[in-house]
Amino acid sequence: MTTNDGLVRAGLLAAASAVAALALACGTGDSGRSGEAASTAASKGSPTAEAGKPIEPSNKAALATLTGNIVIDGSSTVYPVTQAAAEEFRNYAKNVRISVGIAGTGGGFKKFCAGETDIQDASRPISQTEAIACADKNIQYIELPVAFDGLAVIVNPKNTWVTCLTKAELKKMWEPAAQAKINNWKQVRDSFPDKPLKLFGPGTDSGTFDYFTEAINGTAKASRGDFQASEDDNVLVSGVAGDEAALGYFGLAYYSENKSKLKLVSVDNAGDGKCITPSIATVNNGTYLPLSRPIFIYVKKSVAERPEVKAYVNFYLSKSFTPLVESREVGYVSLGDKFYDAIAKRFNAGTAGTLFPKGAEVGATLDRYLQ
Amino acid sequence: MSMQTPATQSMFQPNQMMRRVMGGAFVGVGVISILISLGMLVYLVLDVAMRGLPWIDWQFLTSFDSRFAERAGILAAIAGTAFMMTMTIAVSLPIGVMAAIYLQEYAKESWLKSFIQINISNLAGVPSIIYGLLGLTIFVRYMMMGRSVLAGALTMALLVLPVIVVATQEALRAVPSSIRDASLALGATRSQTIWHHVLPQAFPGILTGNILAASRAIGETAPLVTIGALTYVPFTPESPLDRFTVLPIQIFNWTSKPQAEFHDLAAAGIVVLLLVLLTMNSIAILLRQRVGGTSRRRIG
Repeated sequence: MTTNDGLVRAGLLAAASAVAALALACGTGDSGRSGEAASTAASKGSPTAEAGKPIEPSNKAALATLTGNIVIDGSSTVYPVTQAAAEEFRNYAKNVRISVGIAGTGGGFKKFCAGETDIQDASRPISQTEAIACADKNIQYIELPVAFDGLAVIVNPKNTWVTCLTKAELKKMWEPAAQAKINNWKQVRDSFPDKPLKLFGPGTDSGTFDYFTEAINGTAKASRGDFQASEDDNVLVSGVAGDEAALGYFGLAYYSENKSKLKLVSVDNAGDGKCITPSIATVNNGTYLPLSRPIFIYVKKSVAERPEVKAYVNFYLSKSFTPLVESREVGYVSLGDKFYDAIAKRFNAGTAGTLFPKGAEVGATLDRYLQ
Repeated sequence: MSMQTPATQSMFQPNQMMRRVMGGAFVGVGVISILISLGMLVYLVLDVAMRGLPWIDWQFLTSFDSRFAERAGILAAIAGTAFMMTMTIAVSLPIGVMAAIYLQEYAKESWLKSFIQINISNLAGVPSIIYGLLGLTIFVRYMMMGRSVLAGALTMALLVLPVIVVATQEALRAVPSSIRDASLALGATRSQTIWHHVLPQAFPGILTGNILAASRAIGETAPLVTIGALTYVPFTPESPLDRFTVLPIQIFNWTSKPQAEFHDLAAAGIVVLLLVLLTMNSIAILLRQRVGGTSRRRIG
């Protein structure tokens, strides 16, 4: 009996320590500020005109009677928006079961074009290869932009020499040719100090990586490989926060949550000295180039007529939800009422296909959805 | 000691001082090792508990995930874990125990048996992500179960089967063969012997093996990520074909959020996971003591 008791106890300890180790690994470098959430949740203002409180949907009675399942997967970048829309929608339509996964834009499109999911979250437009895969399976989709996202280039707060970088300088750091060659700040600009350049960025599966490489290096996924990559943005935050000579990039939402630990770098797109700092305003008015982008959902056309899907997508694009896009919990930039109205119209008309036939475009505006 | 002859006494160097020092040093190294491993554990558990405990209340246990940390709860993950583990044990326990009985009690020594035996031991060491890929191919895609609780449970069953088989065999081997011989000598058949005498004797060991296996499965994330357990699931699974999430995935999801309060929420999730593990283990110890007691009386 004693050996068995020992075994159980050993197993218990092993399990406990494994779990605890996971906790420690994941939870390094953050401070407890649990009380803050409640107070800032609703109060955070936003500079755009249409910001305000969400209004109650007019069809509350109809929503309450809906049932069914909606299966959503795709980009972890779009996840906060889609999840928030699902959570808010659930307040009215209790019996619609919406599940959201984070397989990544690429991984999600694989499932979507295999017919496994109803809605696909995408942090970039569908690629030509993915469009062909969908066409092969006879899956038609309605493409709907839902918000703007900005990428933030960030350095350590102790970094005194960088406030603005040109697109060319960013390219010099990140292009494939920089691999093993550009490893000192002085190589980027002569006036920079002689300090080792340490780079942090998202992993190659993320849509953020795709977009940054496309915007800066000219080709999606063309990047130097010798940087510290992680799919977990918190790892990038602590990496840059812990090294004076570090530079990294990720979604603007992560910067705004970690302002005290990081310093934001402005970006000069044309190299003409016009440095633009990413913010809700500069992302929304399209001046923060090239690192702002629209993010999308793709709705499978064959399910778009299902009442619960139709209600959810319309809710997503309505004033009952869109004012929350810029709230702290979601952290993206609203497209504005004009666009949301046009995009809802596109959905209800069942207009299939993409308006980005060539895939991701740098500095894309959404005017095409107004026609 | 006192009986030694003078000749050996002269060759024998007592060197008591050195021996005592070495002996003491050995104990010291042992104690330090214990302190290091226990200290780490205490530190980790305390860290998690201090961060997580303030978040654990009735609301946390009975709510679904939310983008507001103070409204977020762990109900879907608890339900998903419980549902999946129940099915996993229901599948893996009978298969694993029967396989072990066959291998230990019936199979004759042959190259085939040792081949199977080696492979089962090897399978117990295969990284869990491989089982995830296997589950994705067989259960999700080929058998068309979709990304459901059922597919997750079957994948987990595959993962724990080798552990169960090996542990059950170990337990069966520990039953003295005199008991089998006595039963057979009294005219019992082989299956009667196994059912009435070997299994009750081995039961505590079998249970321990199963609990260890279940404890391994309950913390696994990789295979479930592979087969597509989801992130935001605001409902509890009702049928085996429903989509689901489990505790480790919910915890992982919270740690990757930008807001710091979600990292404390993840600690709260870990505390819940630890409590589930502790509960499982305590139930097993209780069960084992009761069953162990009756079986011993029966044999006596």
